[in-house]
Amino acid sequence: MPATPPADPTPAAAPPPTPEAPPTMTQDTATPDESPTVTKPRIPAEAAATTAPSEYAATKNGESPKSGESTKSGQSTKNGESAGESIAPRGQSLTAHNLTLGYSSSRTISTDLTLDIPAGKVTALVGPNACGKSTALRALARLLKPHAGTVHLDGTDISSLSAREFALKLALLPQTPTAPEGITVRDLVARGRTPHQRWWRQWSRDDETVVDAALEATGVATLAERRLEELSGGQRQRVWIAMALAQDAPVLLLDEPTTYLDLAYQVDVLELVADLGRDAGRTVVMVLHELNHACRYADHLIAMRNGQVVASGPPAEIVTAELVQEVFDLQAKVIDCPVTGVPLIVPIGRREV
Amino acid sequence: MKLAFGPFGLLVRPRVILANGGLVLFGFAVMVLSLCLGTYSNLSANQVLGALFGYGPDDTTLLVRELRLPRALTAVLVGVAFGLAGAVFQAVTRNPLASPDLIGISAGAGTGAITAILFGGVTAAGAGSYGGVPFGALCGALATAAAIYFFAYRGGTITGYRFVLVGLAVQGALVALNRWMLAKADIDQASRAMVWLTGSLNGRDYTHVKWVGLGLLLLVPPVLLLGRAYQLMQFDEDTARGLGFRIGRSRMVLLILATCLAAVACASAGLIGFVALGAPQVARRLTGRAEVPLVASALTGAVLILAADLLGRTLFSPTELPVGIVTGAVGAPYLMWLLARTNRVGKGG
Repeated sequence: MPATPPADPTPAAAPPPTPEAPPTMTQDTATPDESPTVTKPRIPAEAAATTAPSEYAATKNGESPKSGESTKSGQSTKNGESAGESIAPRGQSLTAHNLTLGYSSSRTISTDLTLDIPAGKVTALVGPNACGKSTALRALARLLKPHAGTVHLDGTDISSLSAREFALKLALLPQTPTAPEGITVRDLVARGRTPHQRWWRQWSRDDETVVDAALEATGVATLAERRLEELSGGQRQRVWIAMALAQDAPVLLLDEPTTYLDLAYQVDVLELVADLGRDAGRTVVMVLHELNHACRYADHLIAMRNGQVVASGPPAEIVTAELVQEVFDLQAKVIDCPVTGVPLIVPIGRREV
Repeated sequence: MKLAFGPFGLLVRPRVILANGGLVLFGFAVMVLSLCLGTYSNLSANQVLGALFGYGPDDTTLLVRELRLPRALTAVLVGVAFGLAGAVFQAVTRNPLASPDLIGISAGAGTGAITAILFGGVTAAGAGSYGGVPFGALCGALATAAAIYFFAYRGGTITGYRFVLVGLAVQGALVALNRWMLAKADIDQASRAMVWLTGSLNGRDYTHVKWVGLGLLLLVPPVLLLGRAYQLMQFDEDTARGLGFRIGRSRMVLLILATCLAAVACASAGLIGFVALGAPQVARRLTGRAEVPLVASALTGAVLILAADLLGRTLFSPTELPVGIVTGAVGAPYLMWLLARTNRVGKGG
């Protein structure tokens, strides 16, 4: 009778995906060096069906008997769990306690700032220019070290994490990111995998799957081989978002993702961001200039002025003419949006008073 | 193309392999050719290979191994050093103009060497390649770099833009100083110094190979170890930090390593221009990558200097052109051609 291929007992060598052996993907993630937070690629919730069905189907099929066996304790339960619920990431909460923020010790921007970012929702930081919203975002992203106070990500003090550990939990899209001239879309998005890579593993099957899924989810898969500078502003911003997605972190921060885009692209990008938050359950925090956009696309608003939070909560509950007056020093009328029903701010100019 | 083996994985790009392989083969061919050709006698490739692997007659073995080989090896090592230094400077500062020969490092080496030639009592005919001169050049380059770092350092790190500006200022001051010293100097010494300032491989022997080799042995591994941070430095700082790299520290370390590479190269071969500036840009276009490639830049640097030295020796034989003249004269048009071609194909820079 035909002998079955001998199962390789050494854990170091990943066996090829034979029917007996679990697929290589679970082996890859089970390397002892990996921190336990690294579980499975998260993005493909929306794209799994279209991009890499074989990959994901294989994982699920391979896992169901495995979790039944309950062989390896930690890793298999974790995989089992996430497969059971959904592939989408469980967004993590982000809280800042009593931050004192500033770029030098003499000029502080915020004192005693406390922020509560709900898990799995889209939060918008709004406020007038120089109100400290971008500074607050930089503190959340650990780009700015607070003079006092702490930021907790899912209960962990972020200053206790290594740069790489932090990058696995939180992805950031800066306001004006720059890439080397001539880089292709796929290469740029692939850079998002950096925190998942080591010098000995600069590319893996996971990387491939997640990058494909990120390209798909942001609708730029057809542009993958194009150069970034050939693209329109809106497409370019989608590519940068794809890179942040490829980082596959449960929290995504965006600093004014709609700057320099025309209205159609602004809406396009914001719809994408809202989808990423709602469908995939990510925690999304973005700084926005346009209050109407914030009302429409955010689940949670944090309005800031002079480095302090003036109000926070769901847009429908907190946005009133008084709030607009207080935050922006602007007389306005707040009506219900005829399309979505969320608050719509209509400024009252000098002439109309 | 992907290579994966267990927990190991690598993205293999055929064009990069092709470019690097081509550079190695071409470099080897040029090297053999430069071992064949010379003022004393022209040898065949067979004779050269025979001498290299120790089964040729004694006289050709002596000629190849003791006279021509050290010069070619110095060319390779110096080329690697300049190529790597240029790549690191350009990538880290995100500025293709930031090369050690434009931002003061080479000028500092020149100041050190001129000082050694004028005041160190260097009178030998082969002046400029022994004793105090390389040492003076090394000290000059490192002292200049220290000054640039001191003035460019602000807020805990060095940013690319500021580094380039300070470097340009330092360059201006040192070039003026060098000219003044040459103008004041006695004509013999000044002409000796000029040869050194142009960059030459004439009379380089195993002493040079040993010292440059030692320098590379110490400096190249840490540069390669910082390779991943190096790649991310070509993005903006926030993006790189968002991806989990604290590039501030790696940037300082890389800049210091690159300075030392440039200093070592200048000390042993003089101020060979254009290689550090041109090699990374040529390499980028050969590999078709957006990032400045490390390995290909090093190989391109080696090939550039080997080829330039060969041309310099043979074009107007028996008159020998210093390699520093040829690198610019040959390399610069080649880079311009590459730029023009990519423009026409519409692929941008």
